[in-house]
Formats: sequence, C-alpha cells, structure tokens
Amino acid sequence: MTAERAIAQDVETNVRQHQEHDAAGNSKFGFIVFLLSESVIFLSFFTGYIVYKTTTLDWYPPGVTGLETREPFINTIVLVSSSFVIYVAERYLHDKKLWGFRLFLLITMAMGSYFLFGQAVEWRSLPFSYQSGLFGGTFFLLTGFHGLHVLTGILLQTLMLGRSFIPGNYDNGYFGVEATSLFWHFVDVIWIVLYTLIYVWQ
Amino acid sequence: MTNISIEAPEAVRGQPYPGAPDNWKRFFTFSTDHKVIGIQYIVTSFFFFLIGGTLSMVMRGELITPDADLVDRTVYNALFTMHGSIMLFMWTFPVLVGLGNYLVPLMIGARDMAFPRLNAVSFWMVPVVGILMLASFLVPGGPSQSGWWAYPPVSLQNPTGNLLNGQVLWILAVAISGVSSIMGGVNFVTTIFKMRSPGMTWFRTPAFVWSVLAAQLIQLYGLPALTGGAIMLLLDLTIGTSFFTPERGGNPILYQHFFWFYSHPAVYVMILPAFGMFSEILPVHARKPLFGYRVIAASSILITVVSGLVWVHHMFASATPSWMRILFMVTSMLVAIPSGIKVFGWVATIWGGKIRFTTPMLFALGGISNWLFAGITGIFLASVPIDIHVNNTYFVVGHFHYVLYGAIVMGIYAGIYHWFPKMTGRMYYEGLGKLHFALTYLGTALTFLPMHPLGLMGMPRRVASYDLEFAYWNVIASIGGFLLGLSTLPFILNMVSSWIRGEKVGNNPWRAYGLEWLTSSPPTVENFEETPLVVSGPYGYGRNQPLVGNIPNPGLTEFPESLTQQQTS
Repeated sequence: MTAERAIAQDVETNVRQHQEHDAAGNSKFGFIVFLLSESVIFLSFFTGYIVYKTTTLDWYPPGVTGLETREPFINTIVLVSSSFVIYVAERYLHDKKLWGFRLFLLITMAMGSYFLFGQAVEWRSLPFSYQSGLFGGTFFLLTGFHGLHVLTGILLQTLMLGRSFIPGNYDNGYFGVEATSLFWHFVDVIWIVLYTLIYVWQ
Repeated sequence: MTNISIEAPEAVRGQPYPGAPDNWKRFFTFSTDHKVIGIQYIVTSFFFFLIGGTLSMVMRGELITPDADLVDRTVYNALFTMHGSIMLFMWTFPVLVGLGNYLVPLMIGARDMAFPRLNAVSFWMVPVVGILMLASFLVPGGPSQSGWWAYPPVSLQNPTGNLLNGQVLWILAVAISGVSSIMGGVNFVTTIFKMRSPGMTWFRTPAFVWSVLAAQLIQLYGLPALTGGAIMLLLDLTIGTSFFTPERGGNPILYQHFFWFYSHPAVYVMILPAFGMFSEILPVHARKPLFGYRVIAASSILITVVSGLVWVHHMFASATPSWMRILFMVTSMLVAIPSGIKVFGWVATIWGGKIRFTTPMLFALGGISNWLFAGITGIFLASVPIDIHVNNTYFVVGHFHYVLYGAIVMGIYAGIYHWFPKMTGRMYYEGLGKLHFALTYLGTALTFLPMHPLGLMGMPRRVASYDLEFAYWNVIASIGGFLLGLSTLPFILNMVSSWIRGEKVGNNPWRAYGLEWLTSSPPTVENFEETPLVVSGPYGYGRNQPLVGNIPNPGLTEFPESLTQQQTS
C-alpha cells in the first residue's frame, strides 16, 4: 500500500513538473533555436564574402585601396560594450528595480543608435556603391543586413521599455526582455565576425 | 491506477474538438488548435497538388508527340518551372508539415504545439505563397521560366524590363515559404524537445516523431542558406548588384552551392516524415514490433547530418574540381547506409508478421518498394561517371520522381489513410482505397519507369520537342501520367464521402499501441483528458506491454487474446 502511494505521488509530481516548466522555458529554447537558424543566413553571406574575396582579381573598385578602420573600430567598441549594459539592465529587472532597468535599457538604445548613426555617416563618405563590383555589393549586403538587425534590436528594446510602464507586467517572468537581450548579444557576436572579415582582413 | 487530471476547462472536456466535421466552418478560421491547423495544411496543399498535377498533365500532353505543338516553348518552360515549384513548396512540404502538426503532439502526449499562435501564422503564410506563385501567370512575361532551381544567369534575364515579373514573384514566394518553414521548424523542435509526456524518454518516442525532428533540423540549418542566396538573387534582379552576374564578375556557381546546400537535404525533409510513417504503419498492420527501432530512430538523425555534406553531387557537371567530385561522391553514397538500415528494419518488421493488406499498408509497401528502386538509381547518380553521362537527361527526372511520387506521395497517402479514422472518427471505404492504390502504383511505374531508358538514350530534360526515337517511351510515360491524374479521383471521392457518411469506428480501429490512439476520435480540444504517463515504447505488439501507466490502452484490451498469444509464441 505504501509503495503504491509512493508511486502515485511520484507520478503526480512528475506530471505537475512537466506542466509547470512549459511556457517560459519553451519560449527561450525556441528563441535560441531561431537565432541559431538565423545565424546560418549570415554564415552564407560570410561564405560568399570569403569566396569572392579569395577568387576575385581586382577586389576593390578602381580608386579604392581599402577601408578606413578607425571610426568603425570606435563603433565596434560602442556596440560590444552595449551588450554588457543590457545585461546590467536585465539584472536590475531581475531584482525588481524598474528604474534601473529603464535607465540601462535607454543607455543600450542610445549606444545602438550611435552605432547606426556612425554607420550611416560611414556609408555616406564611401567612394563606392553597392553596384561597385563584388566588393561594393558584399560590403553593403553584410553591413546593411546587420544594420537591419541592429534596428530590429532597438525596436524590440523600445517595446520592452514601453511595456515596463504597464504596472505588474514583469512580475511573473520577463521572457520578452530575455529574448531582446539574447538577440542583442547575437547581433554583437555577428558584428565581431563581420568586423574581422571586412575591416581587419584587408 | 493513479488518476491525474489536467486543468482543462470543464466545458470543453470530453467534447469533440471544434474542427469536427459537424463544424466544418472552423477550418476556414484562424484556429490555434494543432489538429485544425494540420487538416488546414493537408487540404490546402492537396488543392495545390491538383494544380501542380494539372500543369504536369499539360506537359505530358505536349510530350505525347515529338513536336512542340500543344504549347510553345516559353509556355513549356513556365509549365515545368511552376510544376516543380508548386509541387515542392505548395504540396509536399506543407502536406507533411500538416501531418506532422496533426500527429506529433498526439504522439508525444502534448496538448498542443509549443507555440500555437506561431503555428497558425506559419500556416496562413502558405495560401499567400500559393497566391503569389499563381499570380505570376498574370504579370507581363508570365511566370518564371528558369526552373525551380532559378539558376542564374537564366533567372536574371528580364526581357520585359518590368520590375514586377514572374521571377521576382517566385523569389518572394520562396522567401515567405522559407520564413513559414523556419518558424514551423522552431515550433516542431521545441515541441518535441520540451513537450513530451512524462515518462516518454527519447527511446520511447515514436519513429515518426524522430523523423519529423530530423526533417525540421534540416529546415533549420539548410533553409537559411537558400534564403541568403535568394536575397542575393533578388538584389541582383532588382537593384543591380552583381553577385551572380558573370559578365560583371559575379559567380553563378556560388548560387548553386547556396541552392543545393538546402535543396539537396530538402529531399530528406520530405522523405524522412514518409519514412516515419512507414515505420508507424508497418508494425500496426503486421502486428509486430518495429524491428531495430532504436537504430531506425538514430538513422533519421544520421541522415540529417550526412545529407548536409552531399550537396555538390548536383554540381558534378558544373566545372567542379575532381577532388571535390570524389569527396562528394563518397559522402553521397554514405547516405545509402542509414537509408538501407531503415529498409532492412522494415523488411524484418513485416517478416513473419500477421499482415493485414489494408490501404495504408499497401501504400506503405508500395512506397518502400519504389524507394528501393529510387535509392538504387540514386547510387548510380551519386557515381561521377554515370552522373556526367546522364546529367540533365530524363534519367534524373525519372529518379527524383520515383523518390517524390513513388515514395513520398505514396507515404503521404499511406499516412492519410492510416490516420483518417483518428482525424474524423470514421472509416474510409476500403474498396475505393484499394482502387486508388492500384491506379497510383501502376501510374507511377508507367510514368516514371520509361524515363530511365529515355535518359540513358540521351533525351534531355526541360524540352518541349524531341527526336522521333524517343517517341515510344514518351507515349507510355504520358499515358501513365494521365493515369496518375485519374488516380486522384477515387481518393477525393473516398475522402469526401467517408468523412460525411463513412462507418463510425471507435477510437482505435487498428488496435494500435501509439499514444495518439488512446484518445477519442476525433480527439478533444486538449487531446488527452489526462496527461499520459508513458511506461514503455510504442511498438510492443505481441509482447503485451502496457504503454501508459494511467490510461487503459484499448489496443491491449480489445485485441483478441488468442492472436496475442500466437504472436508471442
């Protein structure tokens, strides 16, 4: 009788646990799977860049010898450090300190916007366009596609900031913020690879 | 037994789910029930199957005589392009996603997919893709004519100069279909990893679920590569970049790499679920455990890995260096190992079984036999010298149609018949089903077998006219093609009439042991009244094992005692 009771109890906890770890865990798992899949698109663009660079004779368009690296490097520093800032924001939210969360999320958004602004300035100053051979095409494809992701990240952060003003919104879990943060780290890692490929390997 | 109730609202428990036949309007709404979405996928894609099939019959009508007399050459180009695109993107992928959608949560004892709303969004993208594809018939210049591969530089030609052309619409359709599939892949993988019933360990998970997992993993790693290539193609086509434009230094071969890196494994996205269905159907209808279940399950994952390493075999004739040809010849042939493991497992499963030759069983056996044939010609094609010889001939067309129609479409039919009583609570008409099988099997052989000699004789593919020497086999292939068209009629008749007034059968007419048969037919909104606690694998036929700890298994209780004893002895 006691053995049967023990089994019954075991079954009950088993089923209950199964039902509880549902929503949040699933969403996070699913989002990571999505990001892994997304990274393959970048991978195919990177592959294209490497293939083109190693097989094309006149890689740079006429009159271009290489890319200026100083401004993009500052940009890189800003973007990569914003990954830590959003982590701090997440910690504040974890400790239920909403104002700290909002402040650091705002700083992240400012840093992301600075990055986009810097990139726009760089695009304007470049002596070539996306039609300037394979270099021009791949340069604008990679930086443009990445920039689109940065923009998406900033929009997500704006959304998360807005949602923090709904009372009690983040009381029971904050998957949206976690996902935004994961996405932001992802965008950073992609940028590091991109920067190495385009600016360091010249 | 312990009784654990789930928190389903009292109002919905025990009632037929909202998509039951008496409430057919439900299928035209934005439902988040995986069962409704599954059927939406299946029915929508079947509609496109009929369209794609009609296009193919116009082509076979053209090819019944050597001259290009029925349609002109540009129309013919558009026909084979749209036939291929519709059959792959609008029929095979979505119908298998539909079957997976319907079955996976039931088979793993979950109440729904992990992300029900995302699931519905994925489905509603499918009609959008279909409309975009069909709309290309209305734009200046007509649909894309560059085949379903859209190889540049052919796909970069734009004689009309119109920005809204068939090729652009095609790329947009493929991109949306890709987004839908990636979201579907995330959903399936999360569901299978996270939502399995307590007690359902990996090696108690049905082979179909394994195969869907394997297929969806391919979607997740392969599809983004195609999407990347498609984005670059679209930019070349619209804003004048030069990624794939040879005269401006671009590299069209790179597109082929992007394309085949996904599109070769894509065949496994389609065949793996069919394999999974064979693995489910054979044990039930032969009353024997699935032979080598663990190896069959693992071989699905092995195929996922190996299939990602073989794409260059589509490019042996594209100035591929010799070392690369040999490397990819070897990896291509390696695929035969996991595929062969499955075939041996199936043969051993039915060996000495009590076989019931029902319609799903016939389709499964027919599909496996066709797969065997397609696999053998596949080995031929993997071998570089033979591939160079038959490259771009009808041999290739015959081979992949044996895979796609012979094995995959037969597998789909097998699955639809097998789970029809589960989806509707009614039984299909066996006589019509057998007629359907006979016509399909005969039609497949008549259509696609003659393509092999045609290819060996050197008839090129994608042509509207041909030399007189090829006429004999082409006439036979065309007759077979029309027979295949005809074969869908008994199927449609059977499905519609038996859904309306077929014989009402219980929850488990096959006396199967799978988890999906434990619930009512059609299942209730939340699938199971109690979350099942799994205590053994799903293939214990003849072993008399209980499947779940807390729900009585009708497969065990209803099955005649005498036969059970006969099986164990």
